[in-house]
This record gives sequence, C-alpha cells and structure tokens, in this order.
Amino acid sequence: MMHFKNLSLRYKIPLRVAVLAIGTAVVLTSTLVYRGIEDLRANLIDNADRMGRVIANTLTEPMLHDDVWRSFEIINTPFRSPETGKTGQEAGHILILNVSNTIYASTQPERFPILKDPASIDPRYDELLKALPDFQSSGTAVVEPRKSDDLFLLIPIQSDGLRIGTLVMSYPKSPFIERSYGLIRDAALITLLVLAVLLPLGVYWGHRMAEPLLHLSGAMRNMAPQLPDLDNLRIEESSDEIGQLGKAFKRMLAELREKEQLQQQVIASDRLAAIGRLAAGIAHEINNPLGGMLNAISTFKRHGAQDAFTLKTMSILERGLIQIKETVAALLVEAKARSRPFDRDDIEDIRTLIQADVQSKRVNFSCECDIGDAQPVPSTLARQVIINLLLNALHATQPHGHVHLRIHREDGNLVIEVSNDGSYIPPEKVAFLFEPFTSLKETGSGTGLGLWVIYQIVQQLGGLIAVQSDEHETRFTVQLPLQENTGA
Amino acid sequence: MEVAVVNPGDPLKANRLRRSGASRNALRANLLRLLLPLLLSFALPLHAAEQPATTPIRIGLTPVFLDYQANFVNEWRQHLERQLGQPVSFVQRGSYREIVNLLREQKLDFAWLCGYPYVRNKDELRLVAVPLYQNEPLYQSYLIVPATDKQTRSLADLRWKNFAFSDPDSNSGHLYTEYLLIRQGESPGSFFGKTFFTWSHRKVVEAVASGLAQGGAVDGYVWDTLALSHPQLTARTRIVNRSPKFGHPPFVASRAATEQQIAALRQALFSMAQDEEGSRLLQTLNLNGFVQGDDHLFDEIEEMSRFVEKQRP
Repeated sequence: MMHFKNLSLRYKIPLRVAVLAIGTAVVLTSTLVYRGIEDLRANLIDNADRMGRVIANTLTEPMLHDDVWRSFEIINTPFRSPETGKTGQEAGHILILNVSNTIYASTQPERFPILKDPASIDPRYDELLKALPDFQSSGTAVVEPRKSDDLFLLIPIQSDGLRIGTLVMSYPKSPFIERSYGLIRDAALITLLVLAVLLPLGVYWGHRMAEPLLHLSGAMRNMAPQLPDLDNLRIEESSDEIGQLGKAFKRMLAELREKEQLQQQVIASDRLAAIGRLAAGIAHEINNPLGGMLNAISTFKRHGAQDAFTLKTMSILERGLIQIKETVAALLVEAKARSRPFDRDDIEDIRTLIQADVQSKRVNFSCECDIGDAQPVPSTLARQVIINLLLNALHATQPHGHVHLRIHREDGNLVIEVSNDGSYIPPEKVAFLFEPFTSLKETGSGTGLGLWVIYQIVQQLGGLIAVQSDEHETRFTVQLPLQENTGA
Repeated sequence: MEVAVVNPGDPLKANRLRRSGASRNALRANLLRLLLPLLLSFALPLHAAEQPATTPIRIGLTPVFLDYQANFVNEWRQHLERQLGQPVSFVQRGSYREIVNLLREQKLDFAWLCGYPYVRNKDELRLVAVPLYQNEPLYQSYLIVPATDKQTRSLADLRWKNFAFSDPDSNSGHLYTEYLLIRQGESPGSFFGKTFFTWSHRKVVEAVASGLAQGGAVDGYVWDTLALSHPQLTARTRIVNRSPKFGHPPFVASRAATEQQIAALRQALFSMAQDEEGSRLLQTLNLNGFVQGDDHLFDEIEEMSRFVEKQRP
C-alpha cells in the first residue's frame, strides 16, 4: 500500500483541500441540523405544553363535578369529530388520570377504559407515573420512556393549587422523526450542492498551488546528467515562497552552468597547454640533431663527392629534413619577434592576399574595419591570425556564401571577428578544435595546424579566442590586448 | 352548554346567532379557550332580549329531540310565530332540571319536556300536546352497547361496566334503567363501574360509539332519528334491548300560560301536519304530528317514578 506521505503533491494538495472542504461542510451541516432538530423538538414540546395547559385548565371544572362526558369531549376536541370516530393516527392519545392515577377518561376509551390502571394496559405508564410532579407542582413533566416511539407530557390538572388529576398527552415521535429526516435530507442536499461547487474549485486551487512545485521538482530531477535549459523552465515569477524558490533555483542553475563552462574551458586550455609543452619539447629535441644533419649535408654538398646520384640523394635528404624543420617550426610558434604596430595597410594587404580565394569561390566578402590609427599589436602575428582565420572561413563557406571580417577596439583589446555562413562545427568537436592536426576538412587537405598556430599566437600575446557555431553562422572572435606601454 | 334562541325582532342579532351556531362545529376543532368568551358573548344579549316590546311566548326546549340544530330551531320558531301571530322565544338549557325550574318559576310559558319531570310536577304543569312518533304518541328507551361488543345480551351483562345516562330527569335515558336495576335489588351505583351523564341523548350514542361507555340508555326516538341523519354514528352502536312503550315527551304549559295561549299553541302544533312548511319541519323532527293526548299516557312513567323514589335513600 502506498503511503499518503509518498503521494505526489499533485494529488496531495487537492486531496487535502477536498478533505478540508468536506470536513467543514459536514461539521457545519451537522451542527445546523442538530440545532434545527433541537429547535423542532423544543417547538413541538412548547406547543404541546401550551395546548395541554389550555386543556388542563378547561378540565378543572368538569373534573370537580365528576363530569366524565364533558372531560371526554374536551380532550377529544383536538383529535377527532365524534361522528366519524376516526382518530388521527398521528395524533397519539390523551389520558386524564384522577388523583389515584387510574383512568378518568381517554381519547382511546376502548384501549384505556375508565377506572383502569394505565400501567396494566401500557407498561410505559409505570415509568411515566414515576415522573409525575408532586401534588403542589404546576409544572409540566416531559417524559420519553425508553424503547418508546412516543413522547409524553404530564400536565397537572389543578384546583386551588392542588392536583385533582393529571392530563397525559402522548405524541408519536414519527412525524417529528420524519420532519427531522426531511431536515437532514434538505441539509445534505444543500451540502452536496455546495460541495459540488466548492470541491472542483478547491481541487483546482490545490492543483494551481502544486503546479510550480511540481515544475521545480521536475526540473531538479532532470539536473543530471545534463543541466536543463533555463528557457524551457516554466517557473512562476512571483514573490511568494515558491516564487523565491524558483528564482533561487534559476540562479543556482545559471551558476552551475557557468561553472561547468569554466571547468570545460579550464580542461581544454590545460590540455592545449600540455600539448604545447610536449610539442615544444619534441621540437627542441628534434631541432638540435636536425640542425646538425642539415649542416652536415650542406658541408657534404660543398666538399664531398660530386657524383650525380649522391647529390640527388643528398638533395632528397635535405628537402625531407627541411620539411621536418618547417613542420617543427610551425608547431613551435615563436611570438618573440618584435614588429611594427598593426595598421590599415595590413588590412589592405590581407584583402589583397585573399582576393584570389574570394574570387575563385565567388564568396561575398565584407570587411568592417575601423581601427583608425595604428594599433599597438604585433602586425606580423595579427596578420597571420587574420589570414589563417579568413582562409578557414573561405574554405568552410559554400560558393556564393558570405564571409565577414570585423576589426575594432574594445576595452583595451583589438577584437577580430571572422564569421561565415558555411557548414558549422559540431559541438563535440569544439573542445578539440585548437589541438594540432585537428582538421575539419573532409579531404584531408591542409596541415591541421592553422588553428593551433592561431591559438598559440593568441596565447602568447595574452589574448583570448572563442568560437560560436550554429546552423546560421560560425564565428571566431579573437581578442588581442593592446601593448600600449610595452610598445612605446 | 347553553344555547339560546330568542326573538328579539332584531335581524342583526338573529343573524349573529345563526352564524354562531353554524360555526360551532368549526370552533370545536379550535382551541377550547376560544369557546368560553364566545359563549359569554351570546349569553349576554339573551337576557337583554327577554323583555322585548311585545311579550313573546316563551317555550323551553330540552334535549328530548335533536336540540343542536340551531338553524332548524330558528325555522320552527319563525313558523310558530306566523301561526301564533306573536313572537316566540325558544329557551334552551343544558338539563331538564333547569327547564323545569324555569317552568315552576313561571319564567317559561311552555316547554317540551320528558314525561318523567312532567309526572313529577303534574300539579304545576298542564299537558298541551303529545308528538306522534310512528303514528303513536309513544316511544321507547333503548339499551345500547358499542357495535364491537357482540356478547352483551341484556342489562345483566353490563355489570361493572361503565354506563352512560343522558339526564337524571330523563325517563328513557335514566329512570327506566334505574327502575330495572332497583327492581333487581341493585342501583346504578352498585351495579355499574362508572356512570356518567352526557346531558343529551345524542351524546349517549356518541359515548357508547366511542367506547367511553360500554353501555348507555337512550331515547329510542332520538336513536332512530339519528340512524336516519347520521347512520355512521348509530352504526357503531348496537341495540341490546328495547323497553316497553311509554308516553312520548309532551309539550306542557306552566302556570304562566293562559288558556288562550294554550289553545293557540295546541292549534299551531296540530296544524303543522296540514301545511307544507309544517310538514317539512315535522319531517326533520321525524314526527308525524301532534295530538292532545292525556295523562294516562304517562301512567307507567309515574309508576316507575314512584317506585324508584321510594327506594332512593
């Protein structure tokens, strides 16, 4: 069996609201019904008492004169017309007892004949007679014998303050019970009607109350393995506790996301740094023997045997070694070379240099370069970075595609943005994008060192490089710090 | 219960009385406390109206007949007024004794009275007319029991039972039964459980029908007439015994009545059977008419009366 406390709030809150509404309705209704029945009973007894007193007063004289017939007529008045002899079944009966508690007259003379002891006819009278008020009392006794369907009123018939007889009026409870049932039925009906309105309303409110909590809890459940998208979170922006909780959750989510991104960046740059150190180490180890080998070949070519075969072999060796040297040099990006600041002429040069590629692919190239005066950034390195980025972009974009270059100053940085609308970079490749020999080109053309070099240059200049890529656009953004003080 | 019908020559008051009478049954169903002031309200104008400009003939009525039909009584009064050419005032009282006392005090000129009080006060009263019931100036006393009682065959079966009499001064409703018991060495007090008077023959029938009394003595003429008008009431009673025939309750005159008045009333009563309205009234009364009758009609009652009075303490 499922425990109630394990039940979802989606059901728990509406259930509680429903239980509360039903409970309130039941308690209220019961109280009102109880009051109603009590009032009904009090009214009944009050009316009966008033009528009984009138009858008892009227009976004094006939009883003093021992006028049985008058007494009989008087007590019969409320009950029946003597001609038809039909007694109202619901009316109960009236008895006159004389001082010795035998029957003086009754409305049911066949059942209660004159002079008989009522207790011998109806055992309930045993209990009733015990409840008789004393001889001086003028008070009415209301008796409800056990296991009886009737209520009895005992009213003394008095003459000069002394009891000369007792009027006993019986009232069947059935009409009272019937009316009580009627009351209960009506009350229940009204309660049901009220509940029919209140319950759906209560359930709806409960549902609305539970809804933001459910969203929140759903979002929390979905935090692993990947953080949920903030835009897809439907969290209520209210000032109540749930709203505050929602806001706190959003904040926490944003911080978590930032932290995660930071972590990934740290991991990526750590790896790139490790790769850089490895590459530099290997390059140094290779460069030393390479230099020796190239020197030896050069010396041999100058002084050794001059036969054609040997020269040809030496040339092959020399070309191979030079290629190794170039590759190693490319891996080992040295940004130490000092050069003049980057200016507009550099941009013009870049445009000229890539012109052939732009035209061959019929790419729409646009340039937005408002750098004004020369910027204190090493022009050689900046040119290399921009050209490499532009060549990549031109390569990635489709024929008749767009490539855009934007260079501007921002917060002490020279910002270079290169964007194109070609095929985009899948997210899983972005993390390894700046590692050496990572090529996005299916054909295998290119060295796979372009972005590595850019990254190394940017690193060494103390700048940043970022990439954004989606279906519409791939954009590389490079920030190079302006060397205002060092350049001077 | 006092109900008086007077001739005040005042249609307003007469209307009021008619209305009061007609609403009596309705009033019964209402609270009893309403009854007393109402009764007082029309008991008072009675005395004021007893001395009208022209002296009316005062006729006392007792419950020897169906005395509760105020409307009928009024019609009969108007009929007699036309016949006598003189206002007539009917005076009704709750018991025979009150009417007898009024006669003796000469506050009444005439009265329709039971044979028993007549024979007891013969010295002071004169016989005017005797009604013809079933073409005889005679009637019977019935001993009745509830219809549910199938056992009772005679008065002897009613020992220790509750018994209803109509009026202590009634022949059929008291004297005859008392006479029978005394002849057997009993008395109503020793023989029956509880006895009571209902002060009206009709109410004896009601008392027996309801079972309040297990037996009752009733005027046979009243029972027969009720059997015609209210068969559902008499059907709840059973006649156990019919007495020998006695002289029917007669119209008597007090000493206040003059010979002319006696002759005039006699003539008016005799002539009822002759005219249409009178016949209709007689039919309502369930009578054939009136005859002069003589005192010998009441010899049996006188005999019983003497016998009973001797035995009474």
